[in-house]
Amino acid sequence: MKTLIPFFAVVILVLLALAGVNMGNQQFLFGVIIPYAAVTVFIAGIIYRVVKWGRSPVPFSIPTTCGQQKSLPWIKQNKLENPSTTLWVMARMALEVFFFRSLFRNIKTELREGPKLTYGSDKWLWMAGLAFHWSFLIILIRHFRFFAQGVPLPIHIIESLDSFLQIGIPLLYITDALLLGAVTFLFARRVYLPSVRYISLPADYFPLFLIFGIAVSGVLMRYFVRVDIVSVKQLTMGLVSFTPVIPKGISSIFYVHLFLISVLFAYFPFSKLVHMAGVFMSPTRNMPNDSREVRHINPWNYPVHIHTYDEYENDFRDKMKAAGIPVEKE
Amino acid sequence: MYNAGKILIGLAIFFGLATFPFFYNMGKAVAKPDPKLDTPEIMKLAKQDRKCVEPKEFMRAEHMQLLNNWRDSVVRDNVRVYVNSEGKKFDMSLQNTCMRCHSNKKKFCDECHNYMAVKPYCWDCHIAPKEKES
Repeated sequence: MKTLIPFFAVVILVLLALAGVNMGNQQFLFGVIIPYAAVTVFIAGIIYRVVKWGRSPVPFSIPTTCGQQKSLPWIKQNKLENPSTTLWVMARMALEVFFFRSLFRNIKTELREGPKLTYGSDKWLWMAGLAFHWSFLIILIRHFRFFAQGVPLPIHIIESLDSFLQIGIPLLYITDALLLGAVTFLFARRVYLPSVRYISLPADYFPLFLIFGIAVSGVLMRYFVRVDIVSVKQLTMGLVSFTPVIPKGISSIFYVHLFLISVLFAYFPFSKLVHMAGVFMSPTRNMPNDSREVRHINPWNYPVHIHTYDEYENDFRDKMKAAGIPVEKE
Repeated sequence: MYNAGKILIGLAIFFGLATFPFFYNMGKAVAKPDPKLDTPEIMKLAKQDRKCVEPKEFMRAEHMQLLNNWRDSVVRDNVRVYVNSEGKKFDMSLQNTCMRCHSNKKKFCDECHNYMAVKPYCWDCHIAPKEKES
């Protein structure tokens, strides 16, 4: 059920777009209104989530570290694993964002006969995750050619590198194959590994199916059931220049692709996918480990009235003297 | 908001990236591609004969696949005759069949290819027809 519900949810979304365009002639709804709404929800939603996180107090200094903390001068600090300055925090964050460094440490734990607990290296999740995220990023950047009049040179370079195998016409993009492979792996992993299956929820499967649907519809459009791509670009250029047009004769698979992407964008800020913004807001990653230099004030702290020894002595000096208790000030 | 300065910088970067396509195209005229079909070779034909090897809609979406199939068929199988959906026969040749009519590469091929920012590698091997520089 946990797998089937999100699967059929995506199937229904596809059918919705197909029915809307083929039977209802709702090209303007699916081609203009929904995409605009989705992008608005995406941007506003991300800002809302980030501001909400920003308003949450961090009561303790809680960076997770795995190296020598800054200490006495003759003890060598591991600046990357245990950063104490903003610069090194940024370096560690950059490696996390670009290369998933913490996932690289993923290990496999098994209870073998004996009973004996063994640990082994497990890089598959890291590799598939890296392939997935980088492919997705490159595909996203590549799509800029549909949204720009006069495509800038870097896009051309990325595109020619991505298609340099020169397989078929239009040329096969390596990232298309990588993305589909990686999504399939990430899905298979959730189904195949009992421990991962146990903790997987519909909210884990839905984005996988959705992204799979987007990739498949895109691949179909490029390599198999082709659409009139010039009309498609007229539509997308209409969108980005705020003069929406619906050119005639765009096949419905394009609207399926566009609708699934719109759903992804609108769903993004309210789902686990928002880790795109959340990774930067993780206190365990974005705080410097300088708790021995800088006192971390808990923003929750109630303003406690402090009665210092000086004040105490002022209050009771006479009585203390009378009782023969030594005082600091006479 | 805690660390407001840093968070606002991050949000500004996000907003800039997310809306980049809108700003990039601001004030640029969106010219629709208009491939020209008025070469002398096409004008010579009678009105009803002015047809490509396959219908216009098919050619628009699938011409790259057709050309790729032609290439494979000629280069690998030595089959040079293409029979179209109406049963008419054509010589499979980019330079001698396609470009005989569409001799205006710049106003025909490049018009859409430039618009879509695609650079097909046809002319790595083939010789583009001579055109007067305009």
